[in-house]
Formats: sequence, structure tokens, C-alpha cells
Amino acid sequence: MTSIVSIRQLTKTYGNGFQALKGVDLDIEEGEILALLGPNGAGKTTLISIICGIVNPSSGTVKVGGYDVVKDFRKTRSLIGLVPQELTTDQFETVWNTVCFSRGVYGCKPDPALIERILKDLSLWTKKDSMLRELSGGMKRRVLIAKALSHEPKVLFLDEPTAGVDVNLRRDMWLVVEKLRESGVTIILTTHYIEEAEEIADRVGVIDGGSLLLLEEKAKLMTKLGRKQLRLELAAPLSALPESLESYNLTLSDDRTTLIHDYQGEEAQDSIASLLATLARENIHFRDLSTRQSSLEDIFVALVAEKAGERA
Amino acid sequence: MNFEAVKSIYYFEMARMRRTLLQSVLSPVITTSLYFIVFGTAIGSRIQTIEGVSYGSFITPGLIMLTLLTQCVSNGSIGIYFPKFTGTIYEILSAPVAMTEVLLGYVGAAASKGLIIGLIILATASFFVEIRIAHPFMMILFLVLTAITFSLFGFIIGIWAKNFEQLNVVPMLVVPPLTFLGGSFYSIDMLPPFWQAVSHLNPVLYLVSGFRWSFYEIADVNPMISVGMIALFLVICLSVLGWMFKTGYRLRN
Repeated sequence: MTSIVSIRQLTKTYGNGFQALKGVDLDIEEGEILALLGPNGAGKTTLISIICGIVNPSSGTVKVGGYDVVKDFRKTRSLIGLVPQELTTDQFETVWNTVCFSRGVYGCKPDPALIERILKDLSLWTKKDSMLRELSGGMKRRVLIAKALSHEPKVLFLDEPTAGVDVNLRRDMWLVVEKLRESGVTIILTTHYIEEAEEIADRVGVIDGGSLLLLEEKAKLMTKLGRKQLRLELAAPLSALPESLESYNLTLSDDRTTLIHDYQGEEAQDSIASLLATLARENIHFRDLSTRQSSLEDIFVALVAEKAGERA
Repeated sequence: MNFEAVKSIYYFEMARMRRTLLQSVLSPVITTSLYFIVFGTAIGSRIQTIEGVSYGSFITPGLIMLTLLTQCVSNGSIGIYFPKFTGTIYEILSAPVAMTEVLLGYVGAAASKGLIIGLIILATASFFVEIRIAHPFMMILFLVLTAITFSLFGFIIGIWAKNFEQLNVVPMLVVPPLTFLGGSFYSIDMLPPFWQAVSHLNPVLYLVSGFRWSFYEIADVNPMISVGMIALFLVICLSVLGWMFKTGYRLRN
């Protein structure tokens, strides 16, 4: 994998002295979906704004497609599409005009066929002559995506793409993202909906207090940090745990009908097999079993709390 | 050079003018007509000619300048302030376009609008008073230079302004007094010597005087000095903008 965005020692201090980024290093691979998670004010939007050229960096370098975002801004910005967090639109423009305007500002010759395809893909075609102020929030969000895609970018930034969007539309949006990835576009999305990252991201980065706390493949992250729990509903209540089971991390529920086994990601994967074998030997039967994996949300909350603890 | 971007911004801005045709074009025309009716016809008929020119004809260049300055400053400032206010500026800032190209699009549109309105007023004036243009080429030069310079000045205000109050302060509270006191409605020869000297500190005096010279060959200051003053003001505006773009002042910080 080659990295399409490469960030080194990036810092940003705003005029009022607020340090939004404190030395971020990050490589984004071509074709991946990267989710940047972090609480409000963590530095996600600042990071994106610097890559896209909206905000000047204080120090450090950012390269997109091998070009420096400051020195070769024409090349890097042509590669990038940005869907901002706020629903900012020219209220009195039509959908068609505003998307064509975006293509023009990016220096591309008009291409009505392409714009038509983008609008159709985003289910906006029937609204092409509507003024933006007549559209619902979800539709405006789609228009912003259409604008960002109008110059066929290689890298797409989605800043909180589903904030304030209803569940159905969120699903639709994920489908759009999936389709874009299939066409080879690299996608970076920021979100604080962790389920969103869990659903569509390949890798997850966690930003807080202007630093990248963690960057990991989602699956690895889940197994590495994720706690798992196995619950066994017993056929008959158990008076006490037999000695042979003491080596396992087991607890018996208060009503003595459920055995609960807590284990951590990878390390204990074969312990379950031996646990079940031991249960069979002890003639302990169970009616049902369920496992529960901690979500990214649990991981995220724990991580941010831990780092906050370190800082304090 | 990203011509497509310049073109897109220019057409976008001109489209805004079309959408607000009544406000953009009709209102300056009506206002100017009122000036002609009140000053030119009602009061002017009781005023003697000024240096051989009837009062109505005398004030025409000043009236055009008054509208041109106000229009260019407000169009130039709103053009860039409005995207800043609504947030759509993100697109301009993240596009592969240099700020000079952004400037060309916005200022080009603001100056074009100002020129169109200026010419419409000139046409309107010719219905009320007799207009004679002695130096058409110089007249156009003054018009174009002034339109560009004050659209640039408006652009600076648009970047600087943090709210609508600040945005309106200059076109509403600075430009009209300077224009009224810059000899739009009188020749500064009519003033006592002290106020004549003070008037020479007013940049608008040079615009109005030079512009009027291109019509009737009468001027309060040498027309070449007028051209020089506009050029100086143009350079000052460009320098300020150069500094703003270099530092990212209120746009990229």
C-alpha cells in the first residue's frame, strides 16, 4: 500500500493561542476508509482543514499524492474533495448551478454528463432545479457531497457526514461511501458516532487534545482492546463452582442460573474450547449461550478517559 | 492560471446581480433621477452656470462617481463577506485557485456591476440635462480605474468585516460624506481658502475633479494629478491585499 496523504509533525496554534494540533504524524493509504474519532474540539476539523488548504499550518508538512499542500496547492487541492461539517449552501442557488459552480472553481471544464451521473447516484436528479433553501437537511448534505465529487477527487474528506441525519439517510450515506471506495476513492471521515466507524471504516484513528492517540486497523483494534463476555444459561441452577473451573475467569450470576466468562480479545480464544470441554466433563449442561463484544464506543471511552487520567 | 475558476466566480457574482435586479440596478437609477429632479431641475434652475456649464450638467459626473463608489465598495465587500458569513467560503479556500484568481473573479464582477450602473446613470442623466463628453477615452479610463480601485477597497472591507455592522460602515458612513464634500455638487473654488485646503485631503475630490474634466474640461485639480491619485490608491489597495493573502488574514487563520 502506498500512502496518498502523509502528515509529519503537524502543529497548529490559532491566533488566540489555542493549540489545536500538537505534532500529528499520520499516513493515509490509497483506497482505504479511515475514520477519525474524537470528542468535540479534539482537532479533527483543524486537521482536515489544513490538509484541504483552508487553514495554514503552524509547522510540519502535509503531502497529498506526493505534493506539498502549501507549495503545490493546485495539485493537492485538485486531488481532494471536501464535505464540510456545517450545512453551508448558497440558499438561492439551484442544485444544478451550485454543483456546476464547484466543478468550475476546481478548474475543470463543464461536464454536464458527469454532473448528471453524480446527481443521479445521490438521488438528487429530481431536485436539480430546486433552490437549496427548499431542500431538507439530508438533501443539503447530499448536495454538499455532490459538490465535493464534481471534480472527481481521489481523496474525499467527510467531516461529520451524518451529524443530524436520520437513520435511513445514514444507511444511504454509507452505501454511497462504499460505492465510492469501490471506485478507488480514498475516504477520510470524522465522526463521533462510533457505530459509523465500526460499520464502514478500515482503520480507526483516535484524536484528542490535538494528538493522535491511536491508529489501528478496526478489526485489530477490536480484538486487541475489545473485551468479550460469554454467558451460559444453565439447564439447572448451580450451587457452587466446581474446583476444576476455578482457573477460568468465571462468575456465577446471583440467581445461580448463568455462568459469565470475561475474556480479552485474542489472548483467550482457545480457552473457550477448553472451558466448554471442562463443563461437559463436569456434567454441567447449558440451555443457551451468547457472547458480547465491547463496541468501539466502549474502547473509545476507555481510551480517552485513560489519556485524560495521564494528563491530570 | 485557473481560468475556469475565475470565470465561475465571475458568472456566479453576476448571476447574483441578475437575481436582485430591482435592488442592484433600479434603485441607483431612481435615486439618481431624484437628485436630478431636485438639484438639477428644481434648485438648479435658480443657480447660475458654473464655469459656463449648467448646474444640472455640472453635477452629473459627481453623481455618477457617488453611485459608482458606493456600488463598487458594497458589491466588492458583500461578494467576499457573504460566503464568509454563510460558510460557503470553505469551497473557495479549498479549491486549487490562488487568491489572486479569487480576487479577479470577485473584483471583476463588482467592477463590472459598478460600470454597468455608472453607464446606466449616465444614460439616465442625458434625459434630464445636456451632456457633453470632451475626452471620451479619459472618461472611460477614470470610470474603469475608479471601479477597479473601489471594488478592491470593498474586497478589503469584506475580508476585514466581522459582522454586517462593520461591513456597512464604510459604504454608508465614509463614502457618502467624502463624495458630498469632494466637490460632487459644487466647485471647491466656491469654498473659503481654509476649506479648499482641507478638501485637498479628500481622495474623492481627485476622482470627481478628473472625471468632470473628461466631460467639460473644467477641474479643481490637474487631471494628471487625478489619474496619479487613483493609481496611488490602487497600489495601496493591492499592497494591503497582498499582505492579507500572504498572512491569511481573517481567511485562513
